[in-house]
Amino acid sequence: MTTDVLIRVEGLEKHFGGGSIHALNGVDAEIRRGEVVVVIGPSGSGKSTFLRCLNLLEMPSAGRITFEGVDITDPKVNINRHRQKMGMVFQHFNLFPNMTVLKNMTCAPVTLRKKTKEAAEATAKQLLERVGLLDRADAYPNQLSGGQKQRIAIVRALCMEPDVMLFDEPTSALDPEMVGEVLDVMKQLAREGMTMVVVTHEMGFAREVGDRVIFMDGGRIIEQGSPEAVFEHPENARLKEFLGKIL
Amino acid sequence: MQAWFEGFKHQFELNFIQRSRWKFITTGLGNTLLITLFSLLLGLVIGVIIAGVRSTYDKTAATARPTFGRKVLGFFNGLCKVYLTVLRGTPVVVQLMIICLVIFAWSDNGVALASLAFGLNSGAYVAEIIRGGIMSIDNGQFEAGRSLGFNYVQTMQHVVLPQVFKNVLPSLMNEFIALLKETSVAGYAAVRDLTYGGNTIAGQTYNFFMPLIAVALIYLALVMTLTWLVGKVERRLRSNDH
Repeated sequence: MTTDVLIRVEGLEKHFGGGSIHALNGVDAEIRRGEVVVVIGPSGSGKSTFLRCLNLLEMPSAGRITFEGVDITDPKVNINRHRQKMGMVFQHFNLFPNMTVLKNMTCAPVTLRKKTKEAAEATAKQLLERVGLLDRADAYPNQLSGGQKQRIAIVRALCMEPDVMLFDEPTSALDPEMVGEVLDVMKQLAREGMTMVVVTHEMGFAREVGDRVIFMDGGRIIEQGSPEAVFEHPENARLKEFLGKIL
Repeated sequence: MQAWFEGFKHQFELNFIQRSRWKFITTGLGNTLLITLFSLLLGLVIGVIIAGVRSTYDKTAATARPTFGRKVLGFFNGLCKVYLTVLRGTPVVVQLMIICLVIFAWSDNGVALASLAFGLNSGAYVAEIIRGGIMSIDNGQFEAGRSLGFNYVQTMQHVVLPQVFKNVLPSLMNEFIALLKETSVAGYAAVRDLTYGGNTIAGQTYNFFMPLIAVALIYLALVMTLTWLVGKVERRLRSNDH
């Protein structure tokens, strides 16, 4: 792991409902290249909002986000260009139901990267092979199980060759027996050195794969550190309470 | 029986054969079809534009920055809302008469004016059908598109609209059927459509039964054909529904 900062977040705030709801109250964070950061916290703590602000799916109300040295919260920045480098995986997969698996994966690279259809398909098939779904290349999303859909969603994002992958509760909508296959893909990705920010309730994954764990509550980062420090030696009372409930 | 048949034959000859009165029906049918077709096209164009403005404004409310472009879009969104309120809030006959007898009173191109009137009106309904279709697509589809790096228009083009098209095609075809029947009021502005044709014959022969039944049967045949077509398209869409 290098110390090169990939994403820097400064004073991030997000208000909803005309300012009545404060989802984020001044978050400062750094994501370093090659790092796996796991964000945990009770529901309503702002962890998903934090993640969605990183690629501006939520427009921050205040603060600054610097990605690869560019302030992407600057209105003059073309966010679409930078989003190509930030893959995102959603809780509900959000595969395109009207396209085959292969089309789901090649649509963006062909349109945005000006790749040829053949080159994009070759890349897509390699990725499908790696997640064991090459035989489903011509299937439509509704013919797949939840675990398969999420694995496809991950490799769809990878087709754009992103520099960071954002995971928004990727296993929360899955049947329990399918969680493992998705986590395995994510672990493999982490081993290959992908920078990852993962919002999850999977504490086992956080311990095993996370380089750093961030605990959020009330729209703030309350505590962060190595998985060992956070899980074995929590300092903050709210973190202790949270861990007491879920572990 | 024989007498009844003789009477029917006489009526038929009187209403359709003598003085080539059948031409009122055929000319009227032609005009009805022309009006329906042109107003459908105009309605589609208007509907797509309004639905585009309205749903873009709504969809980008959460993420848009308060720029000048946003203000312009807001202005057009307001304009579209006024259009929808007025066109859906007044009877189509009144709109037709205002266009034909007030705004374009100098023109006697009835078919063109009726097409304009029904097209403007239909556009309001088509807009809401398409907008409903766009808004019914799960927001996750937009987010997935945007997160891959597509801009708003590309997300619409590649991800959302193909799904919308499939969802709204049956509704649009039903709107087309309703439009066909709606044009029967064109006669209020002296536009010579099918109903007007039937009415003209009746005025000359003092016989309402035969011309009006003939007109009704022609509408029925047209609507049944179109309904059958809608059913076919619906089944087709469902069968390759993935």
